[in-house]
Amino acid sequence: MTEIRTFSATGAVVTAADANAVDVLAREWAAEVEGTSYVPMGSDELVEYLTEITADLVAALRARPIRTEVGHDAGRRLVHAHFTGPSTVERTLMLLAARIPDLLGEAVRADVLALVGALAAGYATTLRDRTLDEQEAIRRAVIVARHQTEQALHASEARFRAMFYEAAIGIGLGDMQGRIVEVNPALTQMFGYTAQEMRRLTVGEMAHPEDLPSVWVLYERLLAGEVDNFRVEKRFYRKDGEEIICNLTCSLVRDERGRPSYQVAMLEDVTERHELQSHLEYQAYHDTLTTLPNRALFSDRVDRIFATTPPGSTRRVGLCFLDLDGFKAVNDSLGHEVGDSMLQAVADRLAEQAADGELVARMGGDEFVVLVENSRGVEQLIALAERILAALAVPLELAGQELTVSASIGIVERPVVGGDPSELMRAADITLYSAKADGRGRWALHDPHRDEAEITRFALSAAMPAAIEREEFFVLYQPLVSMADHGMRGVEALVRWHHPRLGVLGPGRFIGLAEETGAIVPLGHWVLARACRDARRWYDEFGEDAPFVSVNVAPRQLHEPSLLADVEQVLAETGLPARLLQIELTERALTTDEGAPLKTLDGLRALGVRIAIDDFGTGYSSLSYLRTLPVDVIKLDGSFGERLRAEEVSDTVDERIVATLVDLGHALGMTVCAEGVETSAQAGRLRRLGCDEGQGWLFAAALPREDIGDVLRDPDAPSWPGPAEPDADRASSSSS
Amino acid sequence: MLAPTEDGDGVTRPAWAPREVDIDRPSAARVYDYYLGGSHNFAVDREMARQAIADWPDLPRIMQGNRAFMRRAVRYCSAQGIDQFLDIGSGIPTAGNVHEVAREENPEARVVYVDVDPVAVAHARALLEGDERTGVVRADLCDVDAVLDDAAVRAVLDLDRPVALLAVALLHFVGDDRRPAEVLARYRDALAPGSHLVLSHATADGVPERVDDHVALYRRTDTPMSMRSHAEVLRFFDGFSLVEPGLVYFALWRPDDPVGDRPERSPGYAGVGRRD
Repeated sequence: MTEIRTFSATGAVVTAADANAVDVLAREWAAEVEGTSYVPMGSDELVEYLTEITADLVAALRARPIRTEVGHDAGRRLVHAHFTGPSTVERTLMLLAARIPDLLGEAVRADVLALVGALAAGYATTLRDRTLDEQEAIRRAVIVARHQTEQALHASEARFRAMFYEAAIGIGLGDMQGRIVEVNPALTQMFGYTAQEMRRLTVGEMAHPEDLPSVWVLYERLLAGEVDNFRVEKRFYRKDGEEIICNLTCSLVRDERGRPSYQVAMLEDVTERHELQSHLEYQAYHDTLTTLPNRALFSDRVDRIFATTPPGSTRRVGLCFLDLDGFKAVNDSLGHEVGDSMLQAVADRLAEQAADGELVARMGGDEFVVLVENSRGVEQLIALAERILAALAVPLELAGQELTVSASIGIVERPVVGGDPSELMRAADITLYSAKADGRGRWALHDPHRDEAEITRFALSAAMPAAIEREEFFVLYQPLVSMADHGMRGVEALVRWHHPRLGVLGPGRFIGLAEETGAIVPLGHWVLARACRDARRWYDEFGEDAPFVSVNVAPRQLHEPSLLADVEQVLAETGLPARLLQIELTERALTTDEGAPLKTLDGLRALGVRIAIDDFGTGYSSLSYLRTLPVDVIKLDGSFGERLRAEEVSDTVDERIVATLVDLGHALGMTVCAEGVETSAQAGRLRRLGCDEGQGWLFAAALPREDIGDVLRDPDAPSWPGPAEPDADRASSSSS
Repeated sequence: MLAPTEDGDGVTRPAWAPREVDIDRPSAARVYDYYLGGSHNFAVDREMARQAIADWPDLPRIMQGNRAFMRRAVRYCSAQGIDQFLDIGSGIPTAGNVHEVAREENPEARVVYVDVDPVAVAHARALLEGDERTGVVRADLCDVDAVLDDAAVRAVLDLDRPVALLAVALLHFVGDDRRPAEVLARYRDALAPGSHLVLSHATADGVPERVDDHVALYRRTDTPMSMRSHAEVLRFFDGFSLVEPGLVYFALWRPDDPVGDRPERSPGYAGVGRRD
């Protein structure tokens, strides 16, 4: 038996000698073709793969007849192993044709050629099939890829198209020549054009007369590629001519090389928002009843005048500050609806009188103002005020009746430079106040010199009601002493105002004002109650030695129907015996009216309260009238005693007048009290002339309640406490 | 702002629009296929490849050498126990693909191929249809989230276990403007410890005179080339420990056979790094 060898992969069986040839050939073959094709094998794998093929080829040669189909198969297997490089087959054919006869003997040469030819044919056929397959595969892949790409593109385009068409924001695409090439429905709706109509427009036709020049400068810069986008608020005309306001964002689209290629405009209609905003602004700056500008707008305007006028400007500003006379009565008697109609009618008439540059505003309530932003002089303002008064003088037809209305006007006219808005308004307030004080239907011109006093008076009267509530007032007591032994019989209650800014104010600063404004009524009541409470404490402590308290009552209080009841109530609440209360009235209060006060006085006396006439001798009442009055005490005005103060009195006329008055008082059963006693010589004379009581610095200044208590506890003290605030006291001793 | 890009024929195309399939331009994937003796290519690809080979006859051998490195590296990874592969820039599937090599070692190996070339992806899908343990993803390397969150990646790979990330002959098609090092770092951070990076990269080191023409030639494709030096390629391994023999000419990376002289005749660097 010949030794044989079987190759495991294909089962080829060859002799041992042929097997050696197979090994040699396979190695040479591997060396020949390595690197000629990309074959995913290592060197050993390559040799192994080629050995299998070689063994099959050798076995085929040994077969009879030779099996050329094995050569064909070998060619196929080379292609399958990816021996696709052109030089692979060339080298293979040359190697096999030359080396197989060398190794197996010349006898096989012809068969080898047949086998190698078959290998070449098999290789070519397989490679051709493979090439065609791969070409088909790659083309198919292209088709699939294209299809997928198209689908993706479609989906993507559909999405973006939907975005473009469904967007709530208007979008337009323009070319670099300014032609509109594409618009979305939101944009066509916004402008009222069809898409086709819009595409016939150019960007330039979107101009609006109110466009700021900067908008179009920006647009030119965008087209030039200098800016990539800009955002503005801009007005447009719709097709129907209506105006809309849009937030416009213009963007430049560049191509990959950075050249401008398209412009995209995005527009958001903000017309409604604008209208709402202007409406709100209008509301914030206008009065709903009269539709006139309101205080806020007026203040803004005034602020702007002062803020924008440069130093050195000669600009002047003026205003008429106007307040209807008796408007409260209209409201109260005819109702608020008529009142409102009146305000509207007045607003209309004011508006008619205002010229360009004159702003009419309602400041609130029945106050109006006309602002002249550039005044030509005070004459212009006076003319305006007179026009207004004349216009208002024509009766109004309201609620079926003719109503007359009048107003008081305060005029301020001044240079802008050197002033400020609050100063202007304060001057206007004060001037209006003085116009009102002068009487109805008048204008008053601002007088800077009258300012300070007016300001203080005005401020004080305005502050008084709140000051009463905050108890900024307090009471001091000035002793009334017996002229015989200088013992304290009573005290006069004197009110003071501890003003938070101005300090302690005497009654001269505010009693007159309180009478004008009516604040005297609550203030007087407060003083009465305070004084009675304090007197009650002295009564509790000192019993029969306690002083009476003398309280001033103003004419206005005397005319309050409730005065008697008030006094009764205070006495009841404090428990002060009525005989310890004395009411001081001025002579004037008793002579202006005859009816009501007398009844009240009778009532007071019936309670046991004593009545004193203050400042007696300063009025013009006849002495005979005195006897008809229900009065217990006369207080001789300090002026009578003035000339009796010196050590030596030469003229005796004054002495005789005082003596007559004292005699008269006594004849009517009254107590006579001398005010303003400042020297002991004066006191001696007054005592000799018959005065019963005295009051003045010689004895004591006005003292706090506690000091009065101290004096009563120690009547023999060498001196009583001195005056706390002589100025206020001096004023009080003559005016209260 | 819309950011338009320009296709080869100069038509502007918004960035959101998918790229057209254009077989009138050579494609790096198909040219590579031709270098390796495949017929998955068109006249335009072959014309470019022939010109390249005429200029640089070594090219087919260089491509084979790169392919051989990939095969050795996959085997190496498999030997480390890795059975998941993410092959980015896989190109046209030619003989000796990753899943074939890997499965010689481990029949259960799982492979996901990623390429941006729609034709290469369509072809790979046709070829691998029905193979549950492979996946094909069309995505750009630099879009890391798109790659890692792709359904096919999630279905085939378990990213909580080590993965071999292949960037073979890939990053020289990614210019510095696209920050390839940062892109790789993001993949690295997403991969489990024990993962490997298999990377090869063309270089002009050693053969500067050849490379200029070659780079010029690739300007015809969508994927122009950026040659990088040894130091530049080394940066891609930040965060990886290079295994022996480090970053070397790819013929020198764990060769099966003794290496001939002048390994720089195949001017590409290759290396494998491990993420610890």
